[in-house]
Amino acid sequence: MTARIGVVTFPGSLDDKDAARAIRVAGGLAVPLWHADADLHSVDAIVLPGGFSYGDYLRCGAIAKFAPVMEKLVDAANGGMPILGICNGFQILTESQLLPGALTRNDHLHFICRDQKLRIENNTSMWTGDFEIGQEILIPLKNGEGGYVADEKTLDELEAEGRVIARYLDLNPNGSRRDIAGITNARGNVVGIMPHPEHAVESLTGPTTDGLGFFTSVLKSLINNGAVSV
Amino acid sequence: MSKILVNVFFKPEILDPQGRAVSGALGRLGLTGVTDVRQGKQFVLTVDGEVDSVKRAEIEKIAETLLSNPVIEDFTIEIHP
Repeated sequence: MTARIGVVTFPGSLDDKDAARAIRVAGGLAVPLWHADADLHSVDAIVLPGGFSYGDYLRCGAIAKFAPVMEKLVDAANGGMPILGICNGFQILTESQLLPGALTRNDHLHFICRDQKLRIENNTSMWTGDFEIGQEILIPLKNGEGGYVADEKTLDELEAEGRVIARYLDLNPNGSRRDIAGITNARGNVVGIMPHPEHAVESLTGPTTDGLGFFTSVLKSLINNGAVSV
Repeated sequence: MSKILVNVFFKPEILDPQGRAVSGALGRLGLTGVTDVRQGKQFVLTVDGEVDSVKRAEIEKIAETLLSNPVIEDFTIEIHP
């Protein structure tokens, strides 16, 4: 039995189909979840995809955190379910306080879309086990509000606990503090990342297939922790 | 009926690139008297009757949980009876 990985679609989500495809390419079963669902349909993990949920009104991710599906998701995350937030999904996770800090307007004010080099710095989270520490990957980045900010104490804690999962290499595309591209919670089940691994899973459409590692990692984590039997 | 203004601004230590862009435009207009611009948001809430302590507490909760993100933003509340 393969893992059931939910992908939440909010009004304004863009990358839900690509996230579902990435899950299938990795060998999982993608399960569509709707923002108004108050039921997680027995999924083993959840991806919050990129896009502009609720038009980015108020603040990116601010309205999404009150969607019915999020109440269940927050409980599941606190219970240890693996959750990956990509781009707008990362913004939703910080707004929901499942991850510390916030994402703010790019310091140069321009929307940015490029293939971005990253260095993986944590391979103990449930979404990064298939990477090597120090591994360099290249995946697409596209955001207008991707500047990661947190107070110095929080940043120091993230560094000390090895919770920065990936850092921007070569250039910092959005003014993120300490070049942070992605972080995990202390337990390692909730991960947020601003660039898009789901767009780099097939050589036909992606710059690389480096993004696939996030999705194969979670499938292995679920088998290793007994949530899914082989 | 009362109007309540909730003003939301970035905390002083958070970079405000939009305010900085406005500040830069002032310089290009030849207006040099303003040394800094911070851009924020204002919400105008309307409630029936007077704002008593119960309503005031509710408005503070709204400002703190929805209208602002306490990680990066501060807010002020002005009540206009």
